[in-house]
Amino acid sequence: MNRITEKILTIVPEAVVGTNGEEIVAIPKESFRKVAEALRYDTEEPMDFLRDIVGMDWGEEGLGTLYYLECTSTYNRITLKTVDHDRENAFLPSVCNLWKTAEIKEREVYDFFGIKFLNNPDMRRIFLREDWKGYPLRKDYDMNSNPLNMENEINADDTDEYFLNPDGKIEGRKNIVFGKEDFVVNIGPQHPSTHGVLRMRTSVEGEDIRRIDPILGYIHRGIEKLSESLTYPQTLAMTDRLDYLSAHQNRHALCMCIEKAAGIEISERAQYIRTIMDELQRIDSHLLFYSCLAMDMGALTPFFYGFREREMILDIMEETTGGRLIQNYNMIGGVQADIHPTFVQKTKEFIIHLRKVIKDYHDIFTGSVIARNRLIGVGVLSREDAISLGTTGGTGRASGWSNDVRKHHPYAMYGKVDFKEITYTEGDSFARYMVRMDEIMESCRIIEQLIDNIPEGEYRVKTKPVIKLPEGIFTSSVETSRGEFDVMIESRGDKSPYRLHYRSTGLPLVHAMDTICRGGKIADLIAIGGTLDFVIPDIDR
Amino acid sequence: MEVKKRTSIMSMKYEEFKNNDYLEEMVRQLNMDGAGIILGTLDELINWGRSNSLWSLTFGTSCCAIEFMALGAARYDMARFGFEVTRNSPRQADMIMVLGTITYRMAPVLKRLYDQMAEPKYVVAVGGCTISGGPFIKSYHVVNGIDKIIPVDVYIPGCPPRPEAFYYGMMQLQRKVKVQKFLGGINRKERKPEETEYVENTSAENKSENGRHE
Repeated sequence: MNRITEKILTIVPEAVVGTNGEEIVAIPKESFRKVAEALRYDTEEPMDFLRDIVGMDWGEEGLGTLYYLECTSTYNRITLKTVDHDRENAFLPSVCNLWKTAEIKEREVYDFFGIKFLNNPDMRRIFLREDWKGYPLRKDYDMNSNPLNMENEINADDTDEYFLNPDGKIEGRKNIVFGKEDFVVNIGPQHPSTHGVLRMRTSVEGEDIRRIDPILGYIHRGIEKLSESLTYPQTLAMTDRLDYLSAHQNRHALCMCIEKAAGIEISERAQYIRTIMDELQRIDSHLLFYSCLAMDMGALTPFFYGFREREMILDIMEETTGGRLIQNYNMIGGVQADIHPTFVQKTKEFIIHLRKVIKDYHDIFTGSVIARNRLIGVGVLSREDAISLGTTGGTGRASGWSNDVRKHHPYAMYGKVDFKEITYTEGDSFARYMVRMDEIMESCRIIEQLIDNIPEGEYRVKTKPVIKLPEGIFTSSVETSRGEFDVMIESRGDKSPYRLHYRSTGLPLVHAMDTICRGGKIADLIAIGGTLDFVIPDIDR
Repeated sequence: MEVKKRTSIMSMKYEEFKNNDYLEEMVRQLNMDGAGIILGTLDELINWGRSNSLWSLTFGTSCCAIEFMALGAARYDMARFGFEVTRNSPRQADMIMVLGTITYRMAPVLKRLYDQMAEPKYVVAVGGCTISGGPFIKSYHVVNGIDKIIPVDVYIPGCPPRPEAFYYGMMQLQRKVKVQKFLGGINRKERKPEETEYVENTSAENKSENGRHE
């Protein structure tokens, strides 16, 4: 038992430490706030990064949530659990004044499970229509209860908040998002530069942004609910379609989680292949980021540059995996097929080529006066805000928050290769851009260290035809192209998961738009959104 | 004067298309009404222009949109075929390419965008999700095929389709545009019921004849 668990037990002696799968500390909901505050403001090891809030439906036991916490200095992790036994009127205390990211994560839990969070100022639905009936991720949800509604949706301008009266009664009040005096511009969902179907209701005063209210769910496909009726090998198919620019990494995370739970050891060859593929995917994604950012800002030539090199990566991947964008390559126990005979040769040639042309990239865009003026000093996100908002990946690293999962919680071959974690301290759009450009070169370095040493062996170990996981809760995390991606599986010993949750890398990024853009110019909105580099299908899941 | 039986486009030979039968059927039905020499000739000219400059509305909701971007880049270069101009406003677009899953929340938006487009307009459904719901067919929030909401002209299957598949689908649309009646075809009177019956009968006969030949 580690120090943090001991500390929790001294505060709340009735807390239960569960060791089914991973260590989870169950805390009664009455004392949950006390524990959360104590952990957040701990003097030695403050748990200042809330990785995720996962809503759960435990049937008879009630509705509850899991809180995944991490300390940004020691990188220790802990998972808390709290339950409300009343399924009809589930209330839990909000933690949104301790971690800002909880504002939007609690909305997600409310949307899917109907758990209301006391003192969260914004208890609206987030992914589903405001007139949606029922809570789809509950086990007793009737899948046919909401037929297709072709009426245009009207969004409310106020939100609900629930709070506890001094005499112990729960009451509600309305908070105003946009008042009568606000001039609201609607951006999206059909907008070419929001990287998908993001919709932002933006209130402006002249050219200055006063508030951004992101409206999500235009590509919410209910992947988490769908996965509950699929077997484990089948669930893999969904991961590639979450963040399609991190297809390999997403699938890697889920495979790792299942392998860890089922106790499958994969061969070193598969580890090497997975790591190389992950890094190729990262380069691919960052090249697309470069192309799209330039295109969003009105420069078309870099788009052609970026796609020229991207096609080379797609060729390399296609030869081995058979797919261009969605590869479905990682499997439980290894990878689907052995690498193509020319894979090593082509990858090496590509890296040599990329090192040569990357100068052109910088000449044409990074050095351009227009790009520099539009990026430097614009959209600054401080380190504290980045941590509180949970903006992992390049966005967090541009603000000086060292959060690379590959470095701090190494998986696959990352523990054995030498690479630098790129961090900047400015936190502006330009730093966010440079982090990604530098990461391309770091990824090249990682591949170079591995590509010649791929050991012989089998690429896939034999697994049982029907994979069943032992009971318990299992997690794994990887660094995708745009941040920390976590998989959480709760297993009841069946061949399909009881609950499968993915941490969206983009949700905190979209949430951060409001903090970053407030007070900025509306003309910078698209450039800031471009440097944050979110992918909407990953947010909506 | 009648609509040309074999619709030719620059990019690909007629024989190389795998599904010519539906187009031949379309031409046959169009020819039943006949076409005036002047209007017919004008039609051919206009359709030649229209089919070679199809402006699409960028409507990418998920993965397929990235492949569409690859189509626009140098390697696949869709400018060769005349549909490189993408419009961000439905008012300026000839066709809507639905790239990616359509969910319940998006469905009214898609319908609205379609309604905002000017006639004549076309719909291309790209990817498994738009055709049937794809891997998410059992979901509580996914429309099982956009043909439930708007009429679809061309389906391009794949998850996501390869750029070559995009081309094939787009060429099919070009051929479809080429056989349409631009003038006089749109506001024409509705047929009397007995005439439609006749059409159905003859097409059925035709089919059985074709079957015998094979």
